[in-house]
Amino acid sequence: MTEMVYGAVPVQSGEPILPKWWRTVDKWTLSCIMILFGIGLLLGLAASVPLAEKNDFGAFHYVTRQAVFGGAALVAMLITSMMSPNLVRRLAVLGFLAAFIAILGLPFLGTDFGKGAVRWYSLGFASVQPSEFLKPGFVVVAAWMMAASQEINGPPGKSLSLILAGVIVILLALQPDFGQAALILFGWGVMYFVAGAPMILLVVLAGLVVLGGSFAYNSSEHFARRIDGFLNPDVDPRTQLGYAANAIREGGFFGVGVGEGQVKWSLPDAHTDFIIAVAAEEYGLVLVLVIIALYASVVVRSLMRLMRERDPFIRLAGTGLAAIFGVQAMINMGVAVRLLPAKGMTLPFVSYGGSSLIAGGIAVGMLLAFTRTRPQGEIDEIFRGRGR
Amino acid sequence: MIRTPLRPLARILDARAKGENPDAIERENTRLRHEEMRDKARARAEGRLLVLGVMFFCAYAVIGARMGLMASSEPMEPRARASAAEIVMQRADIVDRKGRVLATNFETHSLYAQPPQMIEPKRVAKELVRIFPDLDEERLVKDFTGKRKFLWIKKKISPEQKQAVHDIGDPGLLFGPREMRLYPNGRLASHVLGGASFGKEGVDAAEVIGVAGVEKVFDDFLRDPAEGGMPLQLSLDLTVQAAAERVLYGGMKLMNAKGAASVLMDVHTGEVISVVSLPDFDPNDRPRPPTEGAPDDSPLFNRAVQGVYELGSTFKIFTAAQAMELGLVNPSTVINTKGPLRWGKHKIRDFHNYGPELSVTKIIVKSSNIGTARLAQMIGAKRQQDFLARLGLMEKAPLEIVEASGSTPLLPPSWSEISAMTISYGHGISVSPMHLAAAYAAIANGGTRVKPTLLKRDAPQYGERVMSAQVAAASREMLRKVVTEGTASFAEVPGYAVGGKTGSADKPKPRGGYYDDKVIATFASMFPAHDPKYVLVVTLDEPETFALGEVRRTAGWTAVPVAAEMTNRLAPLLGLRPQVEPGQLAGITLTSN
Repeated sequence: MTEMVYGAVPVQSGEPILPKWWRTVDKWTLSCIMILFGIGLLLGLAASVPLAEKNDFGAFHYVTRQAVFGGAALVAMLITSMMSPNLVRRLAVLGFLAAFIAILGLPFLGTDFGKGAVRWYSLGFASVQPSEFLKPGFVVVAAWMMAASQEINGPPGKSLSLILAGVIVILLALQPDFGQAALILFGWGVMYFVAGAPMILLVVLAGLVVLGGSFAYNSSEHFARRIDGFLNPDVDPRTQLGYAANAIREGGFFGVGVGEGQVKWSLPDAHTDFIIAVAAEEYGLVLVLVIIALYASVVVRSLMRLMRERDPFIRLAGTGLAAIFGVQAMINMGVAVRLLPAKGMTLPFVSYGGSSLIAGGIAVGMLLAFTRTRPQGEIDEIFRGRGR
Repeated sequence: MIRTPLRPLARILDARAKGENPDAIERENTRLRHEEMRDKARARAEGRLLVLGVMFFCAYAVIGARMGLMASSEPMEPRARASAAEIVMQRADIVDRKGRVLATNFETHSLYAQPPQMIEPKRVAKELVRIFPDLDEERLVKDFTGKRKFLWIKKKISPEQKQAVHDIGDPGLLFGPREMRLYPNGRLASHVLGGASFGKEGVDAAEVIGVAGVEKVFDDFLRDPAEGGMPLQLSLDLTVQAAAERVLYGGMKLMNAKGAASVLMDVHTGEVISVVSLPDFDPNDRPRPPTEGAPDDSPLFNRAVQGVYELGSTFKIFTAAQAMELGLVNPSTVINTKGPLRWGKHKIRDFHNYGPELSVTKIIVKSSNIGTARLAQMIGAKRQQDFLARLGLMEKAPLEIVEASGSTPLLPPSWSEISAMTISYGHGISVSPMHLAAAYAAIANGGTRVKPTLLKRDAPQYGERVMSAQVAAASREMLRKVVTEGTASFAEVPGYAVGGKTGSADKPKPRGGYYDDKVIATFASMFPAHDPKYVLVVTLDEPETFALGEVRRTAGWTAVPVAAEMTNRLAPLLGLRPQVEPGQLAGITLTSN
């Protein structure tokens, strides 16, 4: 008692970390992510076997790797989600700087693994794609800048973040990695929209996109052919898209059965870009709808929680993270069902891939940290008679 | 809007009057404004986030709906019927230079099943396995009783098999007409023809597309209906090709080589009359590309075109010819050949010691590395590079098979003086036997460049002049002497006056350095030497023979006898009459001293 009174024994001032975390974290999103990861492992059991066989590994070599990386990703996610938004911001800015430097160093130290684009660092046992880590970092930095611009006498954060986004997009386009570049731009756009983009600008932009698109369609033959190929309902069944489409049809509502699928043997990217086709073939529409519902609930729930958020930085950063996560999944699945033109993009948490998993874990951890329940000045408002 | 700033101003004036600090009021004012802004931003963001959420939800719903739509539609019967019309059926034949068929089409059927129409799946599976023992009965039963609505059973079946399947009498078994590619000569010229397989496949027809060789390069031509089924005529001669393959195969076995290649080329037209690469394969049943082992051990590997090797001393004649062309030497100029020749840390040695000095002719006849290296020093790296480039040894062979893209020569990264010296005797540069044949053809036809071709030509090529006719003639004389008094004495074929140069190069190890017990033995020859019509290059991979109490690996003991036997067999088939060699050939060299 004496010690406590005189402060000789350190007394925890607030609530202990873990119970507080459990009380405030968005348990729905957390569960959705866990389930997605489980589905990823389940599909990996089917989809990565041909690749393992081709590379002379044990049949479930990639599944084990996925489990190890996934475990690391989940731990990273949990740890990140326990941090306070301020700590997340500090670490994310540091991480962003590190990833940015890593991207600058890619042309000198990176490898392309024979795929024609220098995007990776090879570490021997694994490879790291710094752009995966850059995305969440960029979102936080941009959100910080935009939030700062809303202060009175604040810096011109919106234009600064646009310049930063431009620099990153150019760097990524040089690799070339247009997918990630588009994601970065999209993330910035969503944040700018939520941060209060003027309506006129949005309308003008939409008009410009339509005009530019039709201009490109009319003047560039290459562009026109790609769009025509995409609009044309007849797809050549020997392309990746054709295989994927046929796999979805073969699967029907309940699938052809576990391990019975054929598409994984013909698709080189069955374990990454077209894993949804494997899911559709073996487990049918049911599992696909479950996966879609999981992604939708993560995104929509996070956005709904952010609606109540008072702090502009948290709101913007959370929105950016949720949007990038959601749109990445959307593009991946949209390509498989031919709603979108072909573009390689992984399905977060489900596709195989070490650095994308861990970066995804960190990003979702940040999202969880931002969407935690925290006082939003409700009592204050009640006092001021504006409570609801 | 107007009230907010005014009130504090009033308050500040008031505070000033009272002598209080107005900063506190200023700060409070800022805070209030800030809070108001934040509330406004929050209200706006609330709406926009809602819009965003709804948009995301809708997008996901659309994807889900589309998935559902696709899942509920039927899988395509490997091709929609409508597009079957696009599949062009007829593929033109390929014939040799005399019009004999090398590749043609054959009508056959494919077998597929529609399980929903099947009456007795179990019996059908059993009967099918009886007809096609390689099918798996359990698997078939599973496929027939499962949910699949369509499956291919066999892509090509014979008429007997078709009748047998017909006799099963089940309505769920169906046939699709097919046209398949047939190579009636089996393995003959397999590396040139390549092979074909089915491309777009439908129930009613399937497209035959070339997968390698001329079938792939001329795929569009062969399939073009506008050509009216005109056959593709190659420069190959079926008879010569068959004889060459047999003799070379025998030679490869006798010399215990693991592979062999030969190229026979018309020196004036550049037509390849025969090109052999052993081991070979049957294009009717083209093997899958190897997944393990070195790719150049696969029968699919075309050693004559894709195999770029250091071809050793066969290169010496180019050095000698260039030195003569530049006027640096004449055939009887004496060159210091005292060995070993030191260049920095490198030493160049000869196989035997040939004495302190040799004439240029003798350097070629004895195959002296030191002498050739000295010539290269006189020529210089830059001029050597130009000369080899003009002979076509620095770019990939312009041959009309897809594999030719794999014939890019391996050149030294920097063409230093020491590389020039080693390249002068064929080390440090790797080219294919096809390249070598084309370069020798330039010497043989009197000094103009020859581009090898697999298509029949009627007129000679008049290529760029690489060396003067006199230099070419002098070079041919030297090559003839290699046979009459030098390293290739076994090459003498009575009546055909063979001239040529041997080359034995140690094989490089995959991780650097050279094996001392594995060589590539090459003999590049032309006949008849006084007025050459054909060039023949024979290359043996790792030959080894036992003669005169020693294990022999050099070309003189391995590639040369094989080449001599090939000349012996092929020259009459080519329509060359044995001739008594004109006597003056030796006489000219004597008087020119």
